[in-house]
Amino acid sequence: MQANLRVRRYDPEEAEPSARMQEYHIEVPEHFTVLDALIQVREEEDPSLALRCSCRASICGSCAMRVNGQAHLACKTRLSAVAPEGEPVTIEPMGNQRVVKDLVVDLGVFWNKIRAIEPYLQPAGPEPEEEYIASDESMQNLITPMGCIMCGACVSDCTALEVDENFLGPAALAKAYRFVADPRDGASHERLQTLNEYGGVWDCTRCYMCVEVCPVGVAPMDRIMELRDSVMNEVGVTTPGARHVESFARSVARSGWLDETMLAVDSWGRFNIPKLLSQAPLGLRVLVRGKLPLPWPFHHKRAGAEFVGRIFKRWESKKQ
Amino acid sequence: MADHDVLVVGAGLAGMRAAIAAHRAGANVAMMSKVHPVRSHSNAAQGGINAAMRGAEDSIDSHVYDTVKGSDYLGDQDAIEFMCAEAPQEIINLEHMGVIFNRDEEGRLGTRAFGGASYARTFFVADITGQAILHVMYEQILKAGVRSYEEWFVTDLIVEDGECRGVVAIEMLTGKLHQVTAKAVVLASGGVGRAFEPSTNALICTGDGIALAYRAGATLLDMEMVQYHPTTLAGNGILLSEAARGEGAYLLNSKGERFMDGYAPNMRELASRDVVSRAEATEIEEGRGVDGCVFLDVRHLGAEAIRTKLKYIYEAALDYAGIDMITEPVPIRPGQHYIMGGVKTDPQTRTWDPDGAWKGPRGLFAAGEVACVSVHGGNRLGANSLLETVVFGKVAGEMASAHAKEQPDTPVSGAHLADAEARIQALFGRPDNGERTAKLRLDMGNAMNEHLAVFRNEEGMRSALGTVHGLQERYEELPVVHKGGVYNTDLIFHLELGYMLECAETICEGGLLRKESRGAHYRRDMTERDDTAWLKHTTANVGEDGRPVMGSLPVTVTKWEPQKRVY
Ligand SMILES: Cc1cc2nc3c(=O)[nH]c(=O)nc-3n(C[C@H](O)[C@H](O)[C@H](O)COP(=O)(O)OP(=O)(O)OC[C@H]3O[C@@H](n4cnc5c(N)ncnc54)[C@H](O)[C@@H]3O)c2cc1C
Ligand code: SF4
Ligand code: SF4
Ligand code: FES
Repeated sequence: MQANLRVRRYDPEEAEPSARMQEYHIEVPEHFTVLDALIQVREEEDPSLALRCSCRASICGSCAMRVNGQAHLACKTRLSAVAPEGEPVTIEPMGNQRVVKDLVVDLGVFWNKIRAIEPYLQPAGPEPEEEYIASDESMQNLITPMGCIMCGACVSDCTALEVDENFLGPAALAKAYRFVADPRDGASHERLQTLNEYGGVWDCTRCYMCVEVCPVGVAPMDRIMELRDSVMNEVGVTTPGARHVESFARSVARSGWLDETMLAVDSWGRFNIPKLLSQAPLGLRVLVRGKLPLPWPFHHKRAGAEFVGRIFKRWESKKQ
Repeated sequence: MADHDVLVVGAGLAGMRAAIAAHRAGANVAMMSKVHPVRSHSNAAQGGINAAMRGAEDSIDSHVYDTVKGSDYLGDQDAIEFMCAEAPQEIINLEHMGVIFNRDEEGRLGTRAFGGASYARTFFVADITGQAILHVMYEQILKAGVRSYEEWFVTDLIVEDGECRGVVAIEMLTGKLHQVTAKAVVLASGGVGRAFEPSTNALICTGDGIALAYRAGATLLDMEMVQYHPTTLAGNGILLSEAARGEGAYLLNSKGERFMDGYAPNMRELASRDVVSRAEATEIEEGRGVDGCVFLDVRHLGAEAIRTKLKYIYEAALDYAGIDMITEPVPIRPGQHYIMGGVKTDPQTRTWDPDGAWKGPRGLFAAGEVACVSVHGGNRLGANSLLETVVFGKVAGEMASAHAKEQPDTPVSGAHLADAEARIQALFGRPDNGERTAKLRLDMGNAMNEHLAVFRNEEGMRSALGTVHGLQERYEELPVVHKGGVYNTDLIFHLELGYMLECAETICEGGLLRKESRGAHYRRDMTERDDTAWLKHTTANVGEDGRPVMGSLPVTVTKWEPQKRVY
C-alpha cells in the first residue's frame, strides 16, 4: 500500500532553525506500522530524520509521537488503521516537551516529575529476612501502574500540563499511586500529604486524554481519582479540590443537581472574599445566559431528586 | 584524576545491578547507556527469573543439573553452581527493592513452569517480568543518586599499559565526543541479535560491547552458540514468551498434532529451546507447516487466564499478527533470540586471567548477555538469563569497586579522544558511493539467518563467512550521509554495523571450528556430540591483520559428567 507521511522536521543546527512539514510518499507492505514506515524513510530516503525507537514491540517506550494530532506509540499503530485509504498521516513530536530534533523530544521534564514523587519503595521498618508477605491481590493491583513504559504519551497530551507546568502530570501520579497502594511502602501518608498540595492530584481536570492515549492501559486518570479518595480519607478535606468534590456530592445528593454558586463558595472557602469576587463576573455571565441553576437560597430540588438521593445512600452503605 | 572509580557501560539489568552493588560498596560509580536505562533490552524479558527455593523437592543441585544439561555440558559447572546458589538471595534482594512478584495463596512469592526445568522455579510478574525488574532497578539508581550518562554511545574502550581506564563516547543529544575515565570498567552492554534478520531482539542489540572488548584485546568464547527461540511471530520476529508454554500452551503442526510428543515425550513443549526449535524446523521442512510456520495454541487455557497471565502475548499477537489467541492458534516459527557466547570472564567477572591462560585487559569486567562466564554453554534455559544478569552484575559491581580501590590514579592520555575524533571526521569525509548502512546490515542478517540458524553445515557457514568478509570490505568505504551533530543516528548505525560485522565474523569462525553438534550448534554434516574432541570452549582473539585467531579452552566440570541428553 502507499504511505503518505507528513513529518514535522526541526533541525537545531540549521542557521535559522524553524519547524516545517516534509512529505514522504513510499510503498509499504500492508502490515506496516507507522514506525516501520518511518524506519523505511530513514533507511531509504532520508538518513537525517531523527526519531527514537528500539523494541518495535510496544515495550521500551521509545517511540511515542503524535500521529494525526494525538500521542501514539508509533510501533503499536498500524498504518492501515490510521490511513486505510492511503490518506496523509501527520506525524509530529510529542507535545508539552521541548523538541530536540525532528521527532526527538527532551524528556528531562518528564523524568523530573517522576523524580519529584520519590519513586522508590520506602519500607516502614527493617527488611524482613525473607520476602515481604503480601496478598497476590494487592500485588496484582500494582501490575497496571507498573506496566507504565514511561513513554510520555500521556504527558504529551495532558490538558492540565499545557496550562500549568507545575502539575506533576499523569505518569508521575500513576507512579505515585504504585507506591501509595503498595502494602510494603511505609511512607504512604507523607506521600499523600505531598500529593494533596499544589501541583498534585487536585490539578487534574479529568479531561480523560491520558486514559485515551496510554498505549498500555495504565489509565492514569483513574489512578489519580483513587489517589484523591485516599487523600480525602487519610489526609482530610483540606484543599479547594477536595472541598469541591465534597460540595459537588452534597449538592447533587440534596437537590439532584449542582448548585454551582455554593460549589465555588465551598471550594474556595466562605471567607475567601477576593477569590470569590474574582469569580463573580464569570458567575453572573453564566447566570444571565441561563446556564446556571438559581443559586442558594433559590436553588430548588429538581424532579426525581429523591431517587438521586437514594443512589447516594446506597453507595454510602455499600462503601461501608 | 579519574572521573569515576567504576564506570558501567550499559544500563540494562546487568549494568544497573552492577552500579547498585558498586554504590553500596562505597565506590564513586557512574553508568553510561546509549538509550535511557529503562529502554534497555532487558525490559523485553516476559517470562521470568529462575531460583530453586520453592517446593519440598526442588533444590539448588536440581537447578544446577538442569542448567548443565540444558547447556549440553558446555557450561562451566563452577560458575553454574555459584549462580544457582546465589539465586534465592538475589530474588529476595529484588523483592526488597520493590519488585512486585506474583504471589501464592499465602502471600509468598509464587512460581510458574518453564522449559528445561525439572520443577516450577520461575518467579515472575505477569508477563512483564523484565520490565518490572528493570524499572525497579532504575528506581534504586535514582534513590542512590548514581550518575547516569543517558544517550551516550561508547565508541572506544581506553586501554593503556594493558589496563582499561575508561571510554570515549558520543553524547548523542549534542554530537560531542567525550573521554570519561575510570579505575575499573564494567561492560554490561547486552547481546548481538541484530546481526541476524529477523530477530526477537531490539534494534539496539548490536554487540557493541562484544566488539569493543574484542578490539581491546579480550577473548571471545563460544560465539557460535546462538539461540533460536521456538515461538516468534512470522512477520517481524517479535517474541511470544515461553510463559505461554509454561502456562500449558500446545505446539501444533498443520495436521493439528502435538508434534513434540515425537521429539521429547517427557517434557514435550517444555523441552529445552534448541530441541523445540529443531523439532519445529523439522516439521516445517517435512511439509507439516503452513507458510513456514507451525502453531502455538492457548485456547484451552481460557479467556480469563489468557487476558491476565499472558496479557502482553495476547496483545502482541493481536497487534502484530492480527490474531485473537482466545479463538485461534497463532502461527510461529523459530527465530534468533539470544547469544550464549560473548566476552570470556571468570566467575568473578574478570575479562582477564591473572594466571595468563587467556588474554584480556586488566580492569575490565563483564556481566550479562555481553559476557560468557559460561553458565549457558551450548543452550540457555529460559529465565536463566535474567538470573545471570543480576547475580553476575552484582559480582561485577563489587569486584570492580575492589579493583578500583587498589589502583593508583594514573593520568590518561588525551590521544584516545583525538583518535576517535579523527576517525569520525574521516567517516563524514567519505564520498557518497551510494552504499547504505541498512542495506549492508540486511545482507549480513539474511546470510546469518540462512546459514547459522537451527541447522548448519560447513558449506553454509563458509558462505556466510564469505558474505561477512565481503561486507567488511564494503564497510571500509561505506559513507555517513547525514553530517549533523545532534542525534545523528546515521552515524550511530554506521558504527553499530562495524561492531556487528566483527561479531558475525567470529560467530561463523566459531561454527566452522566446532566439528560436532552440541546445543544450539547443530551441524547436519556432523550430527553427533563429540565429547572426546569437543568438550571444550572455542575462543577468538583479534589477530594482527584484524582477523580472528581461533583457539580453545577447557570446560570446568565439577560433578556432572556428560551424559546423553534426553527430554
Ligand atoms: C524478547 C526477549 C524476551 C526475553 N525473555 C527472557 C526471560 O523471560 N527470562 C530471561 O531470563 N531472559 C529473557 N531474555 C533474555 C534477557 O532479557 C537478556 O539476555 C538480558 O536482559 C540481557 O541483559 P543485559 O543487562 O545483559 O543487557 P541489555 O538489557 O540488553 O542492556 C544493554 C545495555 O547496554 C547499553 N549499550 C549497548 N551498547 C552500548 C554502547 N555502544 N554505548 C553505550 N551503551 C551501550 C544499552 O543501552 C543497554 O543499556 C529475553 C530476551 C528477549 C530478546
Ligand atoms: S485526565 Fe488529568 S492527568 Fe489525565 S490528561 Fe487530563 S488533566 Fe492530565
Ligand atoms: S502512563 Fe501510559 S502514556 Fe503515560 S508514560 Fe506511562 S505508559 Fe506512557
Ligand atoms: S519502539 Fe519500543 S515502544 Fe515503540
